[in-house]
Amino acid sequence: MKNKYIKFLSAPYIIWALIFIIVPLLMVFYYGFTDKSGAFTISNITAIATHEHSKALWLALYLSLISTAICILLAYPLAMILSHIGENAGANKDKYMVFIFILPMWMNFLLRTIAWQTLLENDGVINSFLNLLHLPALRIINTPAAIVFGMVYNFLPFMVLPLVNALNKIDINVINAARDLGANSVQTFLRIILPLSLPGLISGITMVFIPSLTTFIVSDLLGGSKILLIGNVIEQEFTQYSNWNLGSGLSIVLMIFIIVSIVLSTIFDKDMEGTAI
Amino acid sequence: MMKFIKKFYLVIIFIFLYAPMVTLIVFSFNNTKSRAKWGGFTFKWYAGLFNDSSIIQALINTLTIALLSSLIATLIGTIAALAMNNMKKLSKNILMGVTNIPMLNAEIVTGISLMLLFIFFKYRFGYVTILLAHITFNIPYVILSVAPRLKTLNPNIYEAALDLGANPFKAFFKVVFPDIMPGILSGFLMCFTMSIDDFIITHFTKGAGVDTLSTKIYAQVKKGIDPKMYALSTLIFVTVLVLLILVNYTPNKEKQRKPKGEKAK
Amino acid sequence: MGNKLITLENISKSYGSNTVLDELNLYINENEFLTLLGPSGCGKTTTLRIIGGFETPDTGKVIFDGKDITSLAPNKRQVNTVFQKYALFTHMTIAENIAFGLKIKKKSKAYIDDKIKYALKLVNLEDFANRMPDSLSGGQQQRIAIARAIVNEPKVLLLDEPLGALDLKLRQDMQYELIRLKNELGITFIYVTHDQEEALTMSDTIVVMNQGYIQQIGTPENIYNEPENAFVADFIGDSNIISGTMIHDELVEILNVKWACVDKGFGINKPVDVVIRPEDVELVKEDEGTIKGIVTNIIFKGVHYEMEVMANGFEWLVHSTSLFPVGTKVGIKVDPFNIQIMNKPESEDEEAIGVEE
Repeated sequence: MKNKYIKFLSAPYIIWALIFIIVPLLMVFYYGFTDKSGAFTISNITAIATHEHSKALWLALYLSLISTAICILLAYPLAMILSHIGENAGANKDKYMVFIFILPMWMNFLLRTIAWQTLLENDGVINSFLNLLHLPALRIINTPAAIVFGMVYNFLPFMVLPLVNALNKIDINVINAARDLGANSVQTFLRIILPLSLPGLISGITMVFIPSLTTFIVSDLLGGSKILLIGNVIEQEFTQYSNWNLGSGLSIVLMIFIIVSIVLSTIFDKDMEGTAI
Repeated sequence: MMKFIKKFYLVIIFIFLYAPMVTLIVFSFNNTKSRAKWGGFTFKWYAGLFNDSSIIQALINTLTIALLSSLIATLIGTIAALAMNNMKKLSKNILMGVTNIPMLNAEIVTGISLMLLFIFFKYRFGYVTILLAHITFNIPYVILSVAPRLKTLNPNIYEAALDLGANPFKAFFKVVFPDIMPGILSGFLMCFTMSIDDFIITHFTKGAGVDTLSTKIYAQVKKGIDPKMYALSTLIFVTVLVLLILVNYTPNKEKQRKPKGEKAK
Repeated sequence: MGNKLITLENISKSYGSNTVLDELNLYINENEFLTLLGPSGCGKTTTLRIIGGFETPDTGKVIFDGKDITSLAPNKRQVNTVFQKYALFTHMTIAENIAFGLKIKKKSKAYIDDKIKYALKLVNLEDFANRMPDSLSGGQQQRIAIARAIVNEPKVLLLDEPLGALDLKLRQDMQYELIRLKNELGITFIYVTHDQEEALTMSDTIVVMNQGYIQQIGTPENIYNEPENAFVADFIGDSNIISGTMIHDELVEILNVKWACVDKGFGINKPVDVVIRPEDVELVKEDEGTIKGIVTNIIFKGVHYEMEVMANGFEWLVHSTSLFPVGTKVGIKVDPFNIQIMNKPESEDEEAIGVEE
C-alpha cells in the first residue's frame, strides 16, 4: 500500500480540520484575550480569580476527582469480570459490552439523567424502597452528592471500556505465572494486573475526568441549578449573557486544566495509542 | 462462591445502568404528566406522538443529521486514515494529534469554539451548522477505528493482488477494502450513536427554530418534560434492542466462515 | 530415581461436552524427566495445568508428596511452571522477574541478590539482570522464564511446550541445556510437547497421550522400539504400519507373505498390526528378499536416502544409505527382531484405551 500519491488524499481532512478544529480553537483564544471592543485584555482570564468563578472551578475539580475515583473502584472489578481474566462469562462478554455501552446511549442521556432525578427525589422510588426495608432515606437530590452520582452514572462506561481493552491485552499466562510464583490474588493484582493495565486506567481516567470537570448538564439536572460548576458558568456566559469574551477566557482556563490532566496522564502512559476508544 | 459474587456484581451494575431506562419506560405509560405520581396506565402518549409535528420534526432532524454526518465523516475519515498510513511519521503524528483534539477536549469547549467560528464568519445558525459540527466530532471516531485496521493489514496482500494482475484501484477495492471494512463499519456505527446522543455540541451550534430531540428535551426541562418524549425514547430503545438481539442471535457471515478456515489449517 | 512424588488418580476433565481427560491415572517419580507427548488436543497441557493448579479436575485426585492437593491454589503448591511463550512480566527488569517469587516469600535482599546471580549464571545470562524482557531474544526469554521458576526451588518444574516458539537450531541447543539443568538441579521435570524428537532426546519417561487417554508409558527406547499400538507407532517417528495375521508364535503373515518374527503370545490366526521402522527395512537384490518390489520415489535427506518401494500393493517407506534409483527392482528383507507386532484395536474406542503400567 505504499504509493507516494496516496498521502495527498488526506487533503480534504486537513482542510476540514483546519477550518473546524484549529480555527475555532484560535477563535476561543482570540475572544478570550480581547474585550467587547476588540482590544487586547487578560481580564477574561484573570476573572477566574473572582470568588464566584474560582468556587465553581474548585467545586468542579473536587466533584470530578471524586467521581473519577468512584468510577475506578466500580470499573476495575467489572472490567476484570468482562475481560478474559474473569473466566466464566465466556462468549457472552462481547454482548455484555454492547449492553453496557451502546444500548444505553440510545436512550437520550438527558432523559436518563432526568429519570435519576425522579428516582433520587426525597419521596422518590429509591427512598420508598429504602423505607420499605426500614433503612434511612437518601437526601441527596440537589446536593453535590447527586451530581457525583450523575457523573458516575454517565461516565462509568468510559472507564470500563479502556480497562477491558487493556486487560484483554495481558497474556493470561502472565497472571498464571504470578500465581505460580506464589502471589495471592491481591499481590497478583497489585504487582502484575494493575501495572500492566495502567495505560487503560490512564485513558479511562482522562475519559471520565474531563467530561466530569466540564459538564453543565449533570449539575443542572441533579444539582437543582443552584450549584454552579465551571461548565455552568461558561455555558451561561454564552447562552444567557452573551458575554463570549468572558466565556472564552474561562474556557481557556478550563483547557489549561484539561491539558495538565492529559500531560499528567501521558507521563504515566508512554504509549498514547491506548487513548483511542 | 467467586462465581456468585461476579454474577451479583454484574447484576448490580446492570441495575444501576438500566434503572433510568426502566423508569422512563414506566413514565411513557403514565396517565399523568407528573413524574412523581402514577396516574394509571395509558397509551395516549404513544398515540399523540405521531400527531405532534414538532417532535416528529425533531426526530427527523436528529436522524438525518446523524445519518448524514456519519456518512460524510466515514468517507472523509476513511480516506484520511488511508492517507495517513502512507505519511511520514512526523506529519502523521501531527495530524493524529489534531484528530485527538475533539476526542480529548471538553465537549463544551468544542461546542463554543464552533459557535464562535460561525459567529465570526456570520454564518446563520441552523441545520447546516449542527451538521458541520457533528461531522467534525465524528471524523476522529472513524479515523481511530480504521487506522488500527490499516496498521495490522498485511502489506503483502495488496502487492499480491497487483502481482496477480489487478490494477491499483481494483487491488484496493478487492483486497484492502474488505479487510478494513469492519473498522469502517464500527466507526460509522459509533458516529451514528454519538450523533444521536449528542446534546452539548448541538446546544451551542443550533439556531432558533431548529431542534434535535436532545435540545427539545433540554428546552422542556424547566417547564416539565412532555411525556410523548418518554414514549418516543421507549420506542427508539426497544427498536435498537430488537435490532441488537437480531444481530446477536442470527448467525453472521463471520461465524459461517469459521469452520472452513479451521479445516484449512 | 526415587519414590512416587505426584500421583494422578482417576482424573477426568471436560469443557462443556468436550471431554479432555477421561479417568487418567499416572504417577511421577522424584527426580524424573517425564514428558507428556501427544498431538494438540490430546489433554497433555490440561494434565500439566491440573498439576500446576490452574485447572481443577471434575473428578479424581492429585496427590503430591502424600498430600491431596487437588483444590490447592497454585500459589500454595511446591511446583513452578515455565509457560508457553514465556509469560515474562514485561513491566519488570529481568532481575525483578527472577526476584518476584522470592519477594513474595519475603526473603532477605541478600538472599534474593544471591539467587538472581546464581540463576542467571545457571542459564548463562549473567549480564542481563537490568535489561527489560522485550529486549531479549526468544531463546533468552525462555531461559529467564526457567530461571524465574527455579529460584523458588520447586520440587517439580512444569514446562509447557517451552521450546515451541524457537527455531530449530535454538531448540536443539535448548534441549541439551534443559538436560544439563535437570541434572544440576536434581528435581523433577514434567515436560509437555507435541514434538516426538524433543521427547525422545530429553526424557527418562515418555507418556504418549491421545484424545484424553494415555496410550503408552515407557522409556524413549521402549516407546520407539516397541510401540504398543498403531497410534504410538505412527506418532513416534516414521513407520510402516501394515495389517497382518499372526499365524502362530514367531510367524506373522503380511501382504500375503509369511515373515519370521520374535513375538509370542498373540494366539493363532489373530489379526494384528505390524510396525516396521523405515531404517529396519533392508533393500537387497530382487530374488534375495522376502518380497519383491520396485523403487517408486527417492529423496536425499542428508544422512540417508528416503525411498518409497511398492511391493505387494503396499508402499514401503525405506531409509537407506545406499542409493537405488527409481525403477530399480529390489527385494525387501527385515530382521525378525525388527518386526514389531501389536494388537489390532477392535473398535474405535479401544484404539484409545487407557493403558496403565
